[in-house]
Amino acid sequence: MSHLSPELLERARELVALYPEPRSALVPICHLAQEQDGWLRPEAMAEIAELVGVTPAEVRGTASFYDMLHTEPVGTYVVSVCTNIACLLGGAAELLEHAEASLGVGVGGTTEDGAITLEEAECLADCDRPPCVQVNHRYVGPQSPESFDRLVADLRGGRLAGTVPAHGTLARVRRNGGLRVERARVTAERAAAAEARARRQAAAGEGR
Amino acid sequence: MALTDAPRIVTSRLGYEDSHTLERYLATGGYQALRKALQMTPEAVAAEVDAASLLGRGGAGFPAGRKWSMLRPDPVTYLVINGDESEPATFKDHLLIERDPHQLLEGVLIASYALQVAQAFVYVRGEFALGLERVTQALNEAYDYGAVGADIFGSGFSVDVVVHPGAGAYICGEETALIESLEGKRGFPRIKPPYFPAAIGLYGQPTVVNNVETMSNLPWIIANGGAAFAALGAGRSTGTRLFALSGHVRRPGAYELEMVKTTFRDLIYDPSLGGGIRDGNELKAFIPGGVSAPWFGPDRVDLPLGQDEVGDAGSMLGSGSVVVMDSTTCMVRATWRITKFFARESCGQCTPCREGSGWLERVLYRIEHGGGREEDLDLLLDVCDNIAPGLTWPPAMTTICVLGPSIPSSIHSAIEMFRDEFLTHVKEGGCPHG
Repeated sequence: MSHLSPELLERARELVALYPEPRSALVPICHLAQEQDGWLRPEAMAEIAELVGVTPAEVRGTASFYDMLHTEPVGTYVVSVCTNIACLLGGAAELLEHAEASLGVGVGGTTEDGAITLEEAECLADCDRPPCVQVNHRYVGPQSPESFDRLVADLRGGRLAGTVPAHGTLARVRRNGGLRVERARVTAERAAAAEARARRQAAAGEGR
Repeated sequence: MALTDAPRIVTSRLGYEDSHTLERYLATGGYQALRKALQMTPEAVAAEVDAASLLGRGGAGFPAGRKWSMLRPDPVTYLVINGDESEPATFKDHLLIERDPHQLLEGVLIASYALQVAQAFVYVRGEFALGLERVTQALNEAYDYGAVGADIFGSGFSVDVVVHPGAGAYICGEETALIESLEGKRGFPRIKPPYFPAAIGLYGQPTVVNNVETMSNLPWIIANGGAAFAALGAGRSTGTRLFALSGHVRRPGAYELEMVKTTFRDLIYDPSLGGGIRDGNELKAFIPGGVSAPWFGPDRVDLPLGQDEVGDAGSMLGSGSVVVMDSTTCMVRATWRITKFFARESCGQCTPCREGSGWLERVLYRIEHGGGREEDLDLLLDVCDNIAPGLTWPPAMTTICVLGPSIPSSIHSAIEMFRDEFLTHVKEGGCPHG
């Protein structure tokens, strides 16, 4: 019995088909699994391993490298407050301090109702509007302590559900269809490249 | 453009609310350059880019044309676009991905044709959820329009493009780490040599890795000719560049400026650009090209915005992001935060970077928070010297990639320029700024 829903399993197989080697789909499928569960459950990692042809440990080992892939449960809304240099100059440390006090959790913590996980983020590339805050990786504009509390209330009240999907859903726009170019062409190019490289190496070997 | 009469090359559509749509793109000349390129030979397209002398816009500033020509002996297999913009205070690729995804794709398709690749990957930073949606939507539209896929525009040339989401790791902006990440692994930079993925890249195949802004310049270059591009700017720095201005200025933002013909003073103070320092304060220091770059004091504001001009002055234009710090800024705190970033993002492969960043962060923390000692300043410089021996610029390497040797930049700059401020922290038992 598949852990991923039939629909997600189908999308996962489509992702595998986009790459010359299945393992490339590992991270994209991890995002899919998070779309379903909000985080990477062990059952999901086992299934991803099977889909891309590695061991579950390799999936965990890879996923744990990346900040956005969670091997432990997180809240419905992951609120990321950037405190890197541009935001620091724009009051981000004070905002984060306020967020911790207001939510009653430290960085990395999740509120008791499971609604909010607070993260201290590295630069989120929106530096002309500090301090930068993202919710589930969607920009919610520069925030002040006051607006932050309103934002949290709106999240809890479901008032932002239309713009901020629950944690795990990364892109709501999906690719239409698979590859259109014949795989034989890629294979032929790879063979030609290997041949050229071998020829060059042989020539270099003779010159020595 | 405000200061010179150079055209807007990569930001021409950003005034439109619907700049990301195919409709707007086509109404503003979109995909005409690709049609033109497909009428040329791939070699002629590459020659135009060579003639433009386009320096890569990712950070290292390597000539894009040369990156391509290194591949000439081998058939190229893959083109990979680096959209993993994560250098602190850099937000120009973010803008180009979100606001003009078709321009990016057209550039990718032109490059794909010049390099004759059958598959290109656009690696987009995972945190750019909207960017991923926009570029995926644009790609779907481009497929339907016949600009991507089999036999594009009836030219006989075929290429597939895949948008690949990252998952949060600064190091994946390093091109060999990006390739590892794209292969479904941890983003560990690869041991050099080979120095360029042109030799051994994605899946061990010849690969070109180019930055988003680099690609976004290609439609204009093909439409107007490489010579027209090269006529802008001066010296090795041709064309325009999208500068990301942040920190204590009145008008932070991304500004496209002609290279060399404009200066940091223009960018920071011109009323149409940065508008000067906020609250009427004085400029204390600025970072000229991302947090990996050594800092400049107010005496350097008249330097032109050119790669060699900034390089010769002992820093780098890097990712094109300029951070302005005014007289109220605590330099110890700024240095500590930047170092904390490197400590968090070090991939952990090389000891000098992994251990050095952590110890530097802890020493800076204790100076800022009241536990500092006078000898800490020498200790900081000594640890920095172990990561980048000699503390020269560009830095000497002790590690697989440049992340480690970038760590000393801010620490060395801050101690050289603001030693007294560090000592005040030590003497007063903490930050005088509160």
